[in-house]
Amino acid sequence: MHRTHIRANQPWWRINWREIVEYRDLLWMLTVRDLTAVYKQTILGPLWFIIQPLSTTLVFTVIFGQVARISTDGIPKIVFYMSGTVLWNYFAGCMTQGASSLTVNTNVLSKVYFPRLIIPLSGVLSNLAHFTLNLVMLLGFYLYFLIFTASSMAPRWELVLFPLLVLQCAAIGLGVGLWVAALTTKYRDLRFALTFLTQLGMYATPIVWPASQVARPAMRILLWSNPLSFVVECARWMLAGTGTVTPLAAMVSVSVTLILLVSGLLVFNRVQRTFVDTI
Amino acid sequence: MLEPAIAVRNLSKCYQLGAISRHTLVDEVRYWWHKARGRDPREHFGKIGHSATEARKVEAEKDGAQEFWALKDVSFDVQPGEVVGLIGRNGAGKSTLLKILSRITEPTEGEALINGRVGSLLEVGTGFHPELTGRENIYMNGTILGMKKAEIDAKYDRIVEFSELAKFIDTPVKRYSSGMYVRLAFAVAAHLEPEILVIDEVLAVGDAQFQRRCLGKMEEVSQAGRTVLFVSHNMPAILRLCSKAVLLDAGRLVKMGTAEDVVSHYLTTMAEAQESRVWSADAAPGTSQLRLVGVSVTKSDGTPAAVFNVTEEVSVRLRYCVAEANLGFRCLVAFCTQGTVAFAGVEPQETVRERPGVYSSVVTIPANLLSENEYSLNVSLFASRGVKMHFVKAKDVLSFQVADPLTGGSARGDYVEGYAGVVRPLLTWQTDTKPSE
Repeated sequence: MHRTHIRANQPWWRINWREIVEYRDLLWMLTVRDLTAVYKQTILGPLWFIIQPLSTTLVFTVIFGQVARISTDGIPKIVFYMSGTVLWNYFAGCMTQGASSLTVNTNVLSKVYFPRLIIPLSGVLSNLAHFTLNLVMLLGFYLYFLIFTASSMAPRWELVLFPLLVLQCAAIGLGVGLWVAALTTKYRDLRFALTFLTQLGMYATPIVWPASQVARPAMRILLWSNPLSFVVECARWMLAGTGTVTPLAAMVSVSVTLILLVSGLLVFNRVQRTFVDTI
Repeated sequence: MLEPAIAVRNLSKCYQLGAISRHTLVDEVRYWWHKARGRDPREHFGKIGHSATEARKVEAEKDGAQEFWALKDVSFDVQPGEVVGLIGRNGAGKSTLLKILSRITEPTEGEALINGRVGSLLEVGTGFHPELTGRENIYMNGTILGMKKAEIDAKYDRIVEFSELAKFIDTPVKRYSSGMYVRLAFAVAAHLEPEILVIDEVLAVGDAQFQRRCLGKMEEVSQAGRTVLFVSHNMPAILRLCSKAVLLDAGRLVKMGTAEDVVSHYLTTMAEAQESRVWSADAAPGTSQLRLVGVSVTKSDGTPAAVFNVTEEVSVRLRYCVAEANLGFRCLVAFCTQGTVAFAGVEPQETVRERPGVYSSVVTIPANLLSENEYSLNVSLFASRGVKMHFVKAKDVLSFQVADPLTGGSARGDYVEGYAGVVRPLLTWQTDTKPSE
């Protein structure tokens, strides 16, 4: 028999994972809904998710590569900017969806119960589909430059660990998103700040510039304390064999990621229990 | 002893009125900064000329009067298979209770133990996405309500059939009329088959036909032995469907018992229905010659009541004060329901009272004539020799409820679904069981 115990002041650290497994069909439906509802009544459909990073890459190539002449560590410009953009987009997608999960779905969430964590998780999955699409495009350009041009790129065997980087990227996006979701239920300010903070965040991460440009030790600490710096730099190192990632940077980055994710989960879990009262 | 399906223990829910007041993070930080420095935060909020409401809320916080108890110390049990109606005025805490039991929010104090899978319907069509087709929305809505995909696969054909929307099932629901939308939503909800069903005023939406179908489905559910907790303002529905009822008022449990007792208590103490009404001398309707001083509805043994079984007689007693000698008049009582006069009773002959004083007349409606409705009474006292002369003409003097608790002997027989009509006489039927000739 299915038993539910409802009581006041449940321990804040208890997350019901079994329940999330029980609702896996809903997780899947929400992911599919996210993917299909967006393309209804569009001509190009999922192509939009290729067009967007592709044009961003081209603009970056012209502005930062041709005009500003920022170094790309010897990586072909398109591959350099595209790898950064694609990873950043995945992070931003996971984060935005997580951040809006409670406020956007208030109508549903105040009428029916299901584990609220399902919504940000479905965002991670639907964005993974977009990311995969982008990755195929990136791979095409990468192989073209690797095989048909005289680039200095030397792929590392560690490239097989690339899925782990993707996982970390999702974890950072989810962690930040959960924090923002929890805070926006009470403070709406964050909703306005989020768009431009995301934009600023991109320039604070080595997307349009390589980490090798950062020389001062103090700045390097700041650089690696942003966990995404490691994800992007490590991806480029796997693809081209250049960059300045160190084991220490990896350790710092992974630790920060874990702290973000776990604290995000706990804060979100605490807030979701009664957020319909304050929204 | 069976374990209860729902055991509610000392459940309370408190809303912090002040917590929502500091809308922005900046306000919050400033507020705590002032508190941390050991200053009175009101000083600062006052100085910068913050909005009056903000100041009042800070004031209320200081007084400690910013709490609102939507539910206070509510305890009751629901046994498996019971259909329990939850009634009370608006703001009594019914919705809050349902929200806690369906886990949308948490209680402030107390606990509830639920044995069985809960399906809650606080709204029809939760999670419908306008861009998705009917088919996609059946799956979306179904999984949101807690069904597994395989479960929906198995019930899909029945859901479509019930919704009568087979032709439009691959059309985005944004092109549906609101009627179609509700039909589809209800079709999904009706096929949710949890062990415990929690329903809030779902019946308040849709047209009369849709409401009848909802009630029909509810009856099916309640007869299938499922546990149901049902909030409604529709007293006939509560009386018909529920074996027990819980009455809430101002967040507290006032009464729990058989549906008839609780509804009767609710109607007599809180709602419009009254079993009797008495007027003071100066407020009594009428003229200087004749005034109506009291009206009551009673059972056949003379006990006043506000709720009747359809198989019972209902008596209406009028008391009036005659001030003029040799006044001749007759009584009329009209029984109104569903916005119309169902029928009226006129005294067959005029009676002349020789002496002034208080008299009464009783009219009795036979058993098995009224239908399951709320009836309100209009009363007239008039003379009709020559020119019609109204002494008393009073509308809506009293109202009472008639219910069919399905104990047998009513015109329903074993039929449990919607039954149209402002009256429902017990008729005689003769039906051939063999073909004639």
